Amino acid sequence: MRPFDYASPTTADQVTALLGKSWGEVEILAGGSDLLSLMKDEITTPRRLVNIKTVEGLHTISTDRGALHLGALATLDRISEASTAQHNFPMLAAAAGDAASPQIRNVATIGGNLCQRPRCWYFRAGHGLLAQKDGKSLVLQGDNRYHAILGNDGPALFVSPSTVAPVLIAYNAKVRIVGPRGAREVPVEKFFVIPKTEQEREHDLKPDEFISHVIVPPAPGVRAAHYEVRQKEAFDWPYATAAVALTMNASTVQNARIVMGHVAPIPWVSVEAAQALQGKAVTKATADLAAQAAVAKAKSLGHNAHKIHLARVAVKRAILAAAGSQAAGGAA
Amino acid sequence: MDDLPEKPAKQDKNDEPKKSKPSSSSSGVSRRDFLKISGVSAAVPLVSHVSALALDDTAHVQGPGKVPVSLNVNGKKLNAQLEPRVTLLDALRDQFELTGAKRVCDRGTCGACTILMDNKAVYACSVLAIDAQAAQITTVEGLGEPGHLHPIQQAFIDNDAQQCGFCTPGFVVATKAFLDQHPNPTPEQIKHGLGGNFCRCGTYAGMRAAVLQAAKTKGA
Repeated sequence: MRPFDYASPTTADQVTALLGKSWGEVEILAGGSDLLSLMKDEITTPRRLVNIKTVEGLHTISTDRGALHLGALATLDRISEASTAQHNFPMLAAAAGDAASPQIRNVATIGGNLCQRPRCWYFRAGHGLLAQKDGKSLVLQGDNRYHAILGNDGPALFVSPSTVAPVLIAYNAKVRIVGPRGAREVPVEKFFVIPKTEQEREHDLKPDEFISHVIVPPAPGVRAAHYEVRQKEAFDWPYATAAVALTMNASTVQNARIVMGHVAPIPWVSVEAAQALQGKAVTKATADLAAQAAVAKAKSLGHNAHKIHLARVAVKRAILAAAGSQAAGGAA
Repeated sequence: MDDLPEKPAKQDKNDEPKKSKPSSSSSGVSRRDFLKISGVSAAVPLVSHVSALALDDTAHVQGPGKVPVSLNVNGKKLNAQLEPRVTLLDALRDQFELTGAKRVCDRGTCGACTILMDNKAVYACSVLAIDAQAAQITTVEGLGEPGHLHPIQQAFIDNDAQQCGFCTPGFVVATKAFLDQHPNPTPEQIKHGLGGNFCRCGTYAGMRAAVLQAAKTKGA
């Protein structure tokens, strides 16, 4: 790790004043699980770390009129154990409790989870976010078994690494972002962007902004479940995930949110799959049709055709699990 | 500094600084002191020393040079001058001679460096020492010692729950945190709760038996 100076601000204004004007000069330290690995491998070499754990008000987990307010520094462990999350947003509690390992969940924060960098092995080996050499993609030329099957027409071919983000999107959650010009709120779905150049990051933050909160709106009666296809039961990056939130009208689906993870450079919202389910009862047959619609536009990069199958299976199983789950509690 | 130097030290013995710490080695220089001494000739300050400066808006900024760091480890206050980039694991091992937590992957993926921060299991390689000053830290050395083993340590011995033993301290500490939260665990809970530690020798069956034994012993 290269030397850096270490700032301990106590207010949001101090944080934004300490952050840089371009990516890479300054990094925010929350849990540090991903950041310290990136710094040891010199994938990022900031001259300053801004430890935001000394800022008040970013650690809390609270509810306000049925909405769940997560401070950006709420750890995955605390979220998975929070009774309000378990009762009203069970898919979120389950996804947070399934992520990584106990040691990581004890320090990893929800803000850091959304801002963690891709696991693409070309990126992690120092070839850049887009992994291009002499204008050619190393991903397309090389081993791309874990890379994107959707949204893979542009130069970015990595997959979005968060297993919690698709769940938050299925719940229509928002992030509150604080910068020198004040605060703004963005749906988690819009927070993630596919970068076109090496100078961009995978999200909507500016270099001098940070996430202060994640807000999940009330979801009374919503039936939700996520499904991850992994090689290992614990501590593994999935091949593909699916998060499904269903609003039922008696036995038929009134509204569906179907979001896939680890299939594209952003969490992938499938409008096609949601439309395929709308107005129908959930059966193996309708779940299968919706899952087929979810991957209808998927495209192999050469070594990852199996991911199309796995993503379809994840969507189908998540739909069936969501339909079979208990409706979430909580008042609107 | 890594545990093992790639080349033997070439330092003239007469130049060795005198160490006042007690040492168990017959030469009067412990293995870790020896490694520290051998590294002195290669240690070049990378940046000029800036201990602390306050910006106009009074945010506290330290480093990149060495700054005073104070850790609370196994009930003792330990002080050192460290650069902000020093991890908690490297501080424990290289500054404070607490070598129970092992440096294996150094990327938060293997669990060999597991320690407790405020009774929660954490990878010491993935926390900066400067960022751990507010926590009560417990390492495997703080759980038990020869002659007074912690029931978890005894259970690992009784169940032959190790081969090479390099992952064992991390597993023992992770088990402590796990059993504190799950006093009567099911086999499924044990698998999930110890999912952050790896044993390359594959002694998982023995370890699961050890965790079950320790859970029973603890209640006794």
